[in-house]
Amino acid sequence: MDILFIIQQTLSATLGVNAIIFALAAIGLNMHFGYTGLLNFGQAGFLAIGAYSVAVPVISFNISLWVAFLIGIFNSIIFALLLGLPTLRLRADYLAIVTIAAAEIVRQIARSATFRDFLGGSDGITGKFASEFFDLNPFKQGLTTPILRFSGNDLWVVITGWMLVAIITFIMWVMVNSPWGRVMRAIREDEDAVRSLGKNVYLYKMQSLIIGGVIGSIAGFVYALSRQSVQPDNYGTALTFFAYTVLILGGAARVFAPIIGAMIFWFLIVFIEQVLREGVTSDVIPDWLIGVNQVGQIRFMLMGLGLMLLMIFRPQGIFGDKKELALDAKA
Amino acid sequence: MHPHHKALMTDLERDLNFASKKISARFILLCITLLSATAMMAPAQAADAQTKLYGVITGSSEQPLAGVGVSIAGPDGFSAEVETDSTGAWEVVIPTKGTYSATINEGDLPAGQALTDPTKGTVKANVFMPGVELRLLFPIGPGVEKATLLERSVQLTVDGLILGLIIALAALGLNLIFGTTGLTNFAHGEILTFAGLLTYYFSTIAKLPVIAAAPIAVVLSAFISGFLQDRYLWKPLRKRGTGLIAMLVVSIGFAIFLRYFFLFLFGGDTRQLPQYAGQAGLELGLVNITPKSILTTLIGIGFIVLATLWLLRTRMGKASRAVADNPALASASGIDVQKVIQAVWILGAALAGYAGVIVTLNQGVSFLMGQDMLLLIFAAVTLGGLGTANGALVGSLIIGLFVQLSTLFIPTELKYVGALVVLILILIVRPQGILGRKERIG
Repeated sequence: MDILFIIQQTLSATLGVNAIIFALAAIGLNMHFGYTGLLNFGQAGFLAIGAYSVAVPVISFNISLWVAFLIGIFNSIIFALLLGLPTLRLRADYLAIVTIAAAEIVRQIARSATFRDFLGGSDGITGKFASEFFDLNPFKQGLTTPILRFSGNDLWVVITGWMLVAIITFIMWVMVNSPWGRVMRAIREDEDAVRSLGKNVYLYKMQSLIIGGVIGSIAGFVYALSRQSVQPDNYGTALTFFAYTVLILGGAARVFAPIIGAMIFWFLIVFIEQVLREGVTSDVIPDWLIGVNQVGQIRFMLMGLGLMLLMIFRPQGIFGDKKELALDAKA
Repeated sequence: MHPHHKALMTDLERDLNFASKKISARFILLCITLLSATAMMAPAQAADAQTKLYGVITGSSEQPLAGVGVSIAGPDGFSAEVETDSTGAWEVVIPTKGTYSATINEGDLPAGQALTDPTKGTVKANVFMPGVELRLLFPIGPGVEKATLLERSVQLTVDGLILGLIIALAALGLNLIFGTTGLTNFAHGEILTFAGLLTYYFSTIAKLPVIAAAPIAVVLSAFISGFLQDRYLWKPLRKRGTGLIAMLVVSIGFAIFLRYFFLFLFGGDTRQLPQYAGQAGLELGLVNITPKSILTTLIGIGFIVLATLWLLRTRMGKASRAVADNPALASASGIDVQKVIQAVWILGAALAGYAGVIVTLNQGVSFLMGQDMLLLIFAAVTLGGLGTANGALVGSLIIGLFVQLSTLFIPTELKYVGALVVLILILIVRPQGILGRKERIG
């Protein structure tokens, strides 16, 4: 067993690009679900909108990457409005189904042959659309230590990404501790009570959807930039579900929960995967039981099982407060 | 450098990607894609791997088409002719790298089936290195060029009704379970997959005829996916007082677990049953329909009638509606609520299991079969009104018809998008669904 290699891979994943993407996606969900009680299962749609919005303008229209970011934020606001207008009056479980449908619509249109010239079909878009971002990278040589290892590009994404996460988390903290944030939480607990105080619940929910959606599309920016490519099938329902896992793991309605959740999530995933892989290749785990190609499947099974057990035995997550989050309320 | 290093960070991505790619099998009917070798090379890693072109030819409702000729022409005067087998599969081993062209023999296609884009009868394949396996796709739809608008509409209506029936069988159980327990079950699709896998294993490993394997699968589905699942998963959770949203998330985790467990056992490909896979269709007036479809549809209608009678006439059925209406009051009036829920689970799992058997017979089974159907089932239930039994039926027929008939106007690959858009549009006008009661929304 190459223990140092396992440690290196695991720690790099804990602080890596994927943890940043999932942290951002979960911060958006925290706004929706944690603070406002909106069961948005279409977060992958926001990430897809963000990712395509940076890739398409740069590749097809030669627009600057920085302008493309603004386009992405604008598009995610439009998507949030489109999604919110019909759904925010619905009960939680209807909302879940409609948002999951909306995200699938986005993915299937993105991968369709009909819009292939524009969106790249099922192969997605690959190209140097992020060069403006990577040209700024002062750490082109990357980082190689016994316990951490990033390529030059990854290192730049990791550094700027965590800074972005810190800024957004700070903004979230200010927002949810403001009077505005208290109205949000009140809506989560009892909509009718808030309505009786003369607040426009619909408008507040829409604001929540837009803010969380914009943060989700920023996660999409990071996803697209870090790979220099956009693959439509990465933005399926599984992405949303794992973002929820991250959020619940950390503890919904806690500002720092998405960050901690994302780190633990990727720590566990890569650690389990590495140990299994080492076990299989060094014949500690017999071949008839788990083949090398089946390690990924085992990991997904454990992720599903983990989500179940977490929700059953500790629905408030690691930092959550059971009283704060009324998960036991009626749907 | 450690050998696994490369595969690490993108692994989740690749797995997610892979999962969705399988879903998309049905959406690529229209697009001729030479899936790049990177995506398809994984099985071809062995040192003595042959270089080959292959594909699976399926018809408008993903049924495999047997006996369709494909001819290959390549460099140095290479040429070969093959026919698809009973699972619709064909493959040709080719000698060297180079540019090959594959042509489908359109005359071999059964009536009512034709290329959706008649210019795409010949596809080019650029084989850039030996040892790769390239998959070629011929998009087949309901005879765009051959049939008149009337013929196509009639055929699509029949296809749509059959799809609607399959959705209805699955949706009825989902809706009854929702009505009695409030659980929005994201793992319902896996009941279909499980029954499909049972049918496959009984007819291949146990070598039973499909006619015997199918009923056994339905009964086992009722017992395992219905009785045992409720008894050992959901009943304890209800006893703990787990909230509805928490249970919804639990069902998502359970669905992910089961899906990858099935992948672990069964592998990622779509497999056909040993019997009836490439059954030829019958010409009945304007409609082309296979005998297996007629039989399974009739039995399905029978099941739905029986389930409806059970709900309307029997004591247990009436009790289940009482529980759906007001569990506390039902319990106070002497109804054993847990028993009613158990009955509903068993019935729901039997119906969903049978839906899985139909899909398996017509299109083959893969570990993603249930997930593919789940969104349509949800759309149907939401459209009809969550928790209303007849709402599920109406919603299912609308979704089934809409999915198929919309292909008259929009590309086949976008047909599910159309159905989902309609779902959202109807909910704007009637947020409680077509037959839902107004107080159910909030």
